[in-house]
Amino acid sequence: MSILVNSETRLLVQGITGGEGTFHTEQMIAYGTPVVAGVTPGKGGGEHLGIPVFNTVREGVEQAGANTSVIFVPPPFAADAVAEAAAAGIELIVCITEGIPARDMVTAKQAVVAAGARLVGPNCPGVITPGEAKVGIMPGFIHTPGRIGIISRSGTLTYEAVGQLGAAGLGQSTAIGIGGDPIIGSTFLDLLPLFEADEATDAVVLIGEIGGTAEQEAAAWIAEHMNKPVVAFIAGQTAPPGRRMGHAGAIISGSSGTAAEKMEALTGAGVAVCDSPAVIGTTVAAALG
Amino acid sequence: MKVHEFQAKEVLRRYGVAVPESGVAATADEAEAMARELGGGTVVVKAQIHAGGRGKGGGVKVVKNPAEARAAAEAMLGVPLVTHQTGPEGRVVRRVLVESGMDIARELYAGIVLDRARELYVFMASAEGGVEIEEVAAKSPEKIIKQWFDPDRGLMPYQARELAYAIGLEGKQAANAAKFFRALARATVETDASLAEINPLVVTGQGEVLALDAKMNFDDNALGRHPEIAEYHDPHEEEPLEVEAHEFDLNYIKLDGNIGCMVNGAGLAMATMDLIKYAGGEPANFLDVGGAADVDTVANGFRILMSDPNVRAVLINIFGGIVRCDRVALGVVEAMSKVEVKVPVVVRLEGTNAEEAAKILAGSDLEFGVATSFKEAAEMAVKALNA
Repeated sequence: MSILVNSETRLLVQGITGGEGTFHTEQMIAYGTPVVAGVTPGKGGGEHLGIPVFNTVREGVEQAGANTSVIFVPPPFAADAVAEAAAAGIELIVCITEGIPARDMVTAKQAVVAAGARLVGPNCPGVITPGEAKVGIMPGFIHTPGRIGIISRSGTLTYEAVGQLGAAGLGQSTAIGIGGDPIIGSTFLDLLPLFEADEATDAVVLIGEIGGTAEQEAAAWIAEHMNKPVVAFIAGQTAPPGRRMGHAGAIISGSSGTAAEKMEALTGAGVAVCDSPAVIGTTVAAALG
Repeated sequence: MKVHEFQAKEVLRRYGVAVPESGVAATADEAEAMARELGGGTVVVKAQIHAGGRGKGGGVKVVKNPAEARAAAEAMLGVPLVTHQTGPEGRVVRRVLVESGMDIARELYAGIVLDRARELYVFMASAEGGVEIEEVAAKSPEKIIKQWFDPDRGLMPYQARELAYAIGLEGKQAANAAKFFRALARATVETDASLAEINPLVVTGQGEVLALDAKMNFDDNALGRHPEIAEYHDPHEEEPLEVEAHEFDLNYIKLDGNIGCMVNGAGLAMATMDLIKYAGGEPANFLDVGGAADVDTVANGFRILMSDPNVRAVLINIFGGIVRCDRVALGVVEAMSKVEVKVPVVVRLEGTNAEEAAKILAGSDLEFGVATSFKEAAEMAVKALNA
């Protein structure tokens, strides 16, 4: 099983002819991901990397049967690309682009919700179901098929967690980078129920960071509804207040959004919270008994 | 991006938000002339730095005439102003705002931020103005009235009226406040501000509603479409090393510790700081070399983190995905051969091309501590510090 992406995925790449789009499309194809279409307005009718290119997402859906899209469109145009995918009937939209203005994302998110689609990102590494489909920019080779689900606000820290799981002999069912921006498509709260219901997932790793209250909301849901073990790490325990730590969303404002309050909420919900980021793998192994 | 009060007021004026008459001055002469231009009567001289608590720190003076305005400006300009937000070294005041004195009847609060949980903007108003809003929120949250609004629709007229009545305004005052609130909401949305805070918002004896103070922060991701706001960037308000790092597309934040770190990715960079602390050390900085780190980025990053005199050990932690570890290794070797490195350097390179990277490091005649795990890397760096 797994969640969100698998061998049934029919992927469309928005911004396929750009530098980033080209490089990562090659990587996704090499991983075995079913890439069926690309979109670059003005370049429709041709082919790129052997994939048919369309002017609009709608054409890609109608003519190539795409059901999932991944976005490599530059920041000023990326929110529009999200809304276009939603309007065209794409079910899962994965937006990799970093640096989209927050106001644009408020509007794009409303378009996604109105269309009944699901958005992951922006400013994220994407979604991978090891051995089946890689929709994003994460290095495929570090992942192994298995039964641990990962939901993370960070990119490279997710790779670190995957590496530690691998060292502990634990593969992943699906790993999702939800992104580091203030407004994101899917939160922990949106994805935890999918892992809880997924027969191929035994435990979930939740990697949060400072800023916002998404981890506290996840904790409340876990306490009420989650039966599978959850292991968490919150990055930014040493971050100073008021400074944006790289990600636009990673900022402690006033006394809110600190790592300490998030860790406390998760611990209170029965989550195994790692103090150190070096023990994520071993903590999961221990949680599985 | 943060801006000065006088810049925030310039933005607000452009959107029809009522602010007192004022002008900015960089010299005592200019301050005196400005006070005269404002009618020669009572004015307020306000130090312009990117930090709160200016009043308590002595950065706000009410004076009776242009001569006193001159003296107040002379005392502030060129001198560091220390507030609870600046740290003990303070910030040098380079400009003062000279503003007409107001006949203040009431002090209120108005603020707008993006509410991440609701994914809408939230307008907050309170009858408790002139005090820290965080304190009001903690002690009596019911005194903060909220209205959420969508950026495309803006703050609706009825919402602005509800806010005005809820904080105890009536008649002409309420009408003026509602007009002010809608203009403030429009200014916030159209300039991509991530924060607009008017504290205090004042009602004058004549029933006018004006922004006595104004604080605005802007979404860095949207500055490309607001060149007039991007111009407000004041490098004097930032760490020189952070300004330099920015020019090389590096994300660097100086901290107080002594272990310099260079990492790819913001989350992993924060986690590396956390792990250093966990191992008993203190990080000297946050440095994310980003997803496209090549030889030059790494070399520049290394040079910048080494320019911090507090750095006594360096930890390089790279988990290669798109970033290739061999290129990072080449960058480190190049940087270390150019910059004289007197402190121990611990390197941990994992992921894409990690083996090639290990060979490059081993083949150089430079001294590194090479760590294989995340934990070992932090422990080696802390140990190197105490060696």
